[in-house]
Amino acid sequence: MSVESAAPGADIGAAPSVAKGETLLEVRGLKKYFPITAGVMIQRTIAEVKAVDGISFDIRRGETLGLVGESGCGKTTTGRCILQLDRPSEGAIIFDGVNLVELDQRALSPYRQKIQVIFQDPYSSLNPRLKIGTIIGEPMKVHNIEPNVNKRRARVSELLSICGLDPRFADRYPHEMSGGQRQRVGIARALSLNPQFIICDEAVSALDVSIQAQVINLLEDLREEFHLTYLFIAHDLSVVRHLCHRVAVMYLGKIVEFAECDELYDNPLHPYTQLLLSAVPIPDPVTESKREHKMLKGEVPSPINPPSGCVFHPRCPIAVEGCSGAIPELRELRPGHWVACTEV
Amino acid sequence: MPRLLEIENLRTQFFTSAGTVRAVDGISYNVDEGEAAAIVGESGCGKSVSALSILRLIPDPPGRIVDGSIRFKGIDLLQLSDVEIRRVRGRRIAMVFQEPMTSLNPVLTIGLQLTETLTHHLGMTKEAARARAVELMGMVGISDPERRLSQYPHHFSGGMRQRVMIAMALCCEPELIIADEPTTALDVTIQAQILELMKDLTRRLGVALIIITHNLGVVARYADRVHVMYAGKIIEQGTARQIYHEPGHPYTIGLLHSVPRLDQPRKEKLAPIEGQPPDLARLDEGCAFRPRCRYAVERCATEIPPLEDMGDGHYSACWEKDKLPQPQRAAS
Repeated sequence: MSVESAAPGADIGAAPSVAKGETLLEVRGLKKYFPITAGVMIQRTIAEVKAVDGISFDIRRGETLGLVGESGCGKTTTGRCILQLDRPSEGAIIFDGVNLVELDQRALSPYRQKIQVIFQDPYSSLNPRLKIGTIIGEPMKVHNIEPNVNKRRARVSELLSICGLDPRFADRYPHEMSGGQRQRVGIARALSLNPQFIICDEAVSALDVSIQAQVINLLEDLREEFHLTYLFIAHDLSVVRHLCHRVAVMYLGKIVEFAECDELYDNPLHPYTQLLLSAVPIPDPVTESKREHKMLKGEVPSPINPPSGCVFHPRCPIAVEGCSGAIPELRELRPGHWVACTEV
Repeated sequence: MPRLLEIENLRTQFFTSAGTVRAVDGISYNVDEGEAAAIVGESGCGKSVSALSILRLIPDPPGRIVDGSIRFKGIDLLQLSDVEIRRVRGRRIAMVFQEPMTSLNPVLTIGLQLTETLTHHLGMTKEAARARAVELMGMVGISDPERRLSQYPHHFSGGMRQRVMIAMALCCEPELIIADEPTTALDVTIQAQILELMKDLTRRLGVALIIITHNLGVVARYADRVHVMYAGKIIEQGTARQIYHEPGHPYTIGLLHSVPRLDQPRKEKLAPIEGQPPDLARLDEGCAFRPRCRYAVERCATEIPPLEDMGDGHYSACWEKDKLPQPQRAAS
């Protein structure tokens, strides 16, 4: 059964199944199309951007799932759909047994506490007019978790020290802090509501390497201490290998490969994953000089009018005639290793 | 290989209300003809300012090159008049910037921007310049160049714009190209395409390349010689192999331990460099890395370590350089 044709909530055999551990989040047949409109007075939809085009996966409790791909592959939209910041066009987001897509804003409120997000840009995701203490304390006020001002202040101090910042930072403004410090504030804010699940959307991408390593370690410590589950959206494949248990590779709105982390990196099966990994330079000149550098030709096609059949076929080195016809399904070629390609 | 560029004791400072920022604080390095050199460092270490200083593109005020010499084939670029340096810029030394969107003029066609350099520097006629532009576009892998020359930058994707920038850099057949984070804004597969293109073209045309980057992988793949910068100073110099396999400075060791490896399964947690980079307007006495250094000794607080030869052209600015532990990186 094809993942793409799956109805919301239906039992989908082709979705990567859970081998062990309890499932926290299920994404089933998720689609998000953004309309492109024309006309001044009367808006009509002339086309659609297929940002996410029928993806399914599970996240186990306590796991870090990596979602990788290049700009425009739909990884951030996937995150926003899980957060219900964008309502999906189709599909189901089942968190702890509840389909979030069917809930209205009021019913969603408790889930907004349980699911938090850390954004990429620590400069634009903090309000420059608010003090750090207010930024971190605000969610607790909004969700009425800690109505008492003094207790809230104490909790802010605690969160700051958990994230490796001096509690006195509560009285500062974002512009007084460096990028790494701001990202720690973003993490403290996400933790303020005791979430179960955090979406890290390129959470370490904007940071310098020495600071990035600090934040990666912090994220790992927090996962253990507070039993968190992460969806780690990133384009840096080396960071993903370090941090994630399983990895899904996206290309043009679809998942093309899904596997345990080391399995994916050591035995990439999909031609796109292979080329993607080959493109990443390894910080070791000896290894680099011995490596074969296979280049991915051309650029990512437009998601408005994606190629027929397998979306990767125009750039694929092993494409055959049939690839432009049928959409390849995810197949389990090794235990827990799913690939959407008919030629491997 | 003969020397192409010799930078000696370069100091570039910015005079701001917060004090004097010593962005580049006495750096010296050489680039040979046809060499690919890399300047590595994190945000704010002065690597971009050092590159802009070579072409005298530092905005004055607030910035000024206060000391040093930059000899390009024997000519001191810092002594040239404004008219003379303009003949060097783009003609003999070209630059590729990080942001291909902001470095192209959005209201002019690609063709006009590409031919302008040719007519200005080489005195070509419009027709000849256009023919050369078509050829260059083909060389950097842009298909259908005739049609694309009449398009505007917004018609081009990020990777394609960077190809145009490379075509512009190459158009006067310069002897040196300075690329300031040329692929940072691009996706990894496009990054690989662009870097491969630059490497291939510079090798084929014998152009020297200074690549400025924070990405240690890019350096390992493309650079012959590496200069590591921290807080306005070069703290280590050597071949890529020396820097990665026998690092001689605690900062370099720290950087290498901070990046996860794509080709190896996770072994343990990363060992980051603790703390923050220093404020370049308020540097203490002694080694700028000392507050973050786990090997610091008393002397580091008072005396700035000079860049000294460790043998084989491998230089390090660290008092403890002979006592540092070597990372267990299998030279497989």
